Amino acid sequence: MSATASSLVRVEQAHWGDRVYSWALRLIAALVPLLIVAIGVELYRGSQPSRVAFGWHFLSSSAWDPVFGHFGAWPYIYGTLLTTVLALLIAAPLGVGTALFLAEMAPLWLRAPLGYLIELLAAVPSVVYGLWGIFVLAPWLQNSLEPWLTAHFGFLPFFQGAPYGVGFLAAGLILAVMTVPFIVGVAREVIAAVPVSQREAAYALSATHWDAIWDVVLPSARSGILGGIMLGMGRALGETMAVTMVIGNRPTVSASLLAPGYTLSSVIANELTEAMTQLHLSALREIGLVLFGITLVVNILARLFVWRVTRGIGKVI
Amino acid sequence: MLELRLPKKTPPGAEQADPPGTAAELDPSLAAPAEDAPPAREVVRAHGINFFYGQHQVLFNVEVTAYEREILALIGPSGCGKSTFLRTLNRMNDTIPGARLEGEVLITGQNIYAPGTDVIGLRRRVGMIFQRSNPFPFSIAENVAYGLKVNGLAKKKGEQADVVERCLRATGLWDEVKDRLNKPALALSGGQQQRLCIARALAIEPEILLMDEPASALDPIATGRIEELALELKEKYTIVIVTHNLQQAARISDRTSFFLMGRLVESGRTQAMFTNPQRKETEDYITGRFG
Ligand SMILES: Nc1ncnc2c1ncn2[C@@H]1O[C@H](COP(=O)(O)OP(=O)(O)OP(=O)(O)O)[C@@H](O)[C@H]1O
Ligand SMILES: [Mg+2]
Repeated sequence: MSATASSLVRVEQAHWGDRVYSWALRLIAALVPLLIVAIGVELYRGSQPSRVAFGWHFLSSSAWDPVFGHFGAWPYIYGTLLTTVLALLIAAPLGVGTALFLAEMAPLWLRAPLGYLIELLAAVPSVVYGLWGIFVLAPWLQNSLEPWLTAHFGFLPFFQGAPYGVGFLAAGLILAVMTVPFIVGVAREVIAAVPVSQREAAYALSATHWDAIWDVVLPSARSGILGGIMLGMGRALGETMAVTMVIGNRPTVSASLLAPGYTLSSVIANELTEAMTQLHLSALREIGLVLFGITLVVNILARLFVWRVTRGIGKVI
Repeated sequence: MLELRLPKKTPPGAEQADPPGTAAELDPSLAAPAEDAPPAREVVRAHGINFFYGQHQVLFNVEVTAYEREILALIGPSGCGKSTFLRTLNRMNDTIPGARLEGEVLITGQNIYAPGTDVIGLRRRVGMIFQRSNPFPFSIAENVAYGLKVNGLAKKKGEQADVVERCLRATGLWDEVKDRLNKPALALSGGQQQRLCIARALAIEPEILLMDEPASALDPIATGRIEELALELKEKYTIVIVTHNLQQAARISDRTSFFLMGRLVESGRTQAMFTNPQRKETEDYITGRFG
């Protein structure tokens, strides 16, 4: 009788411990979204003077004059979007191709080591990429690639003007290298997740390996791959250090990729410590708010895509 | 490309190196698919098959023959190597890393493991239906037409639609799906999906159909339809079917090969084998003493 009673007590205690534990976990889990909300709120409140002074015009104006107090974010938005698009144009085919090679074609013994090496690319500090950009990439662009581009494709608006080395193109290339590992990582997983039965169905109908990849594997993995690309995009949008080092830091809105530019994150990094006026500070915070909004939306979309695939919903067209 | 060699004309009774236990095959009256008919053509002949997954050998000196327009059932307890053997017949095991085969498989006389064999061309002649139906996440019509597409057949839209209709009719699916050919195949029921997979395999006009427990995931009614379908298809195709269901083997197959632990124990006319097995293991299995 007493044995039963004491064991009951112990069960109750364990129960109590469980409950504390579970509440603690819930609190920690809730903290993360709360933190995100808090950041958003803080940016919103901090940008009040700027929002009142410029309204929506802030997004479309190209003025940036701390002395006279005119602020507009358009060149920064433009620079961020352009370098990101450029990076993805290069990184997406490269990343998906690499993922296909790793998941489908590489000999088994090569897959793991090559995969690690590519993941390692994501671990290189961005300032190191920046150094490489300044000392290797930019001089090469200035002396070789950019003159070649203007000579052969100078009739296109994208390749006009003097070669500076630093600029949109340099930033786009650096960002491409930095986003590739994200795209490879996700794409490789979703490609490997396409069921063997689907591939075998194709093979049994006398499809070649390439047919099976193109017709069956890629369509099934499509939305997951898109998610991986968007994760890479989130990374490219917010990347600061390496971009600041190679983009030239001049607020230009130019179709030419050879021109120097500026991005949302770079202008914050460069000017925050020097901002004297309340309005300048709040304009920088509004820039932060814009960047925060863009990256948040992109990341949520990316997660949704990846989630759809891993839950198998993406497979039912 | 595959070298074309004339089919070896070996009458079924004249096989050599038969393992013990295939006595039924040595007796032409038992082995010949149809009584009084001229000896049927050998369509599949697997000879001395040893199969390895890495170091692990799962098939030992297997000899199996299938004749034109018959249903050959492969039976045996789980894990005895039926699926592995079936997949050697269209070289589906090629895609498994570390898998290795010794011996030869003749499809109408040509050794499909000879160097330089066109595996893609082989799979056009030897279709396969899997245990779990595996339609593509495309529309019903696109599923049936996929084989045409990868093989560059029936390029014109009209031709393609004809083939789709013919194959869906052949599998009894046409009336059920004709109004939703462009709807996703994955919305069909399990039995319909499996018949769709059969229709898809028929579209490229194979000579041989390999079926790996095609009905094991289906209810009795859907199973019945697959069995009827197999009996109809046998008019045109040679069918090798793996089944766990002995009644099914008895109902539909002309001949049966019984596998045990990677070895072929006995092959023969289904009726004869089920009523009068030559080997004790076979008897134990079909009377339900193990497996
Ligand atoms: N891809 C593989 N890699 C390694 N071993 C395998 C593989 N596929 C099957 N095997 C092994 O080979 C043996 C035969 O398997 P197989 O699938 O051919 O048997 P089966 O007769 O079809 O069984 P079941 O009736 O359960 O489908 C088993 O021991 C199995 O574990
Ligand atoms: Mg099996």
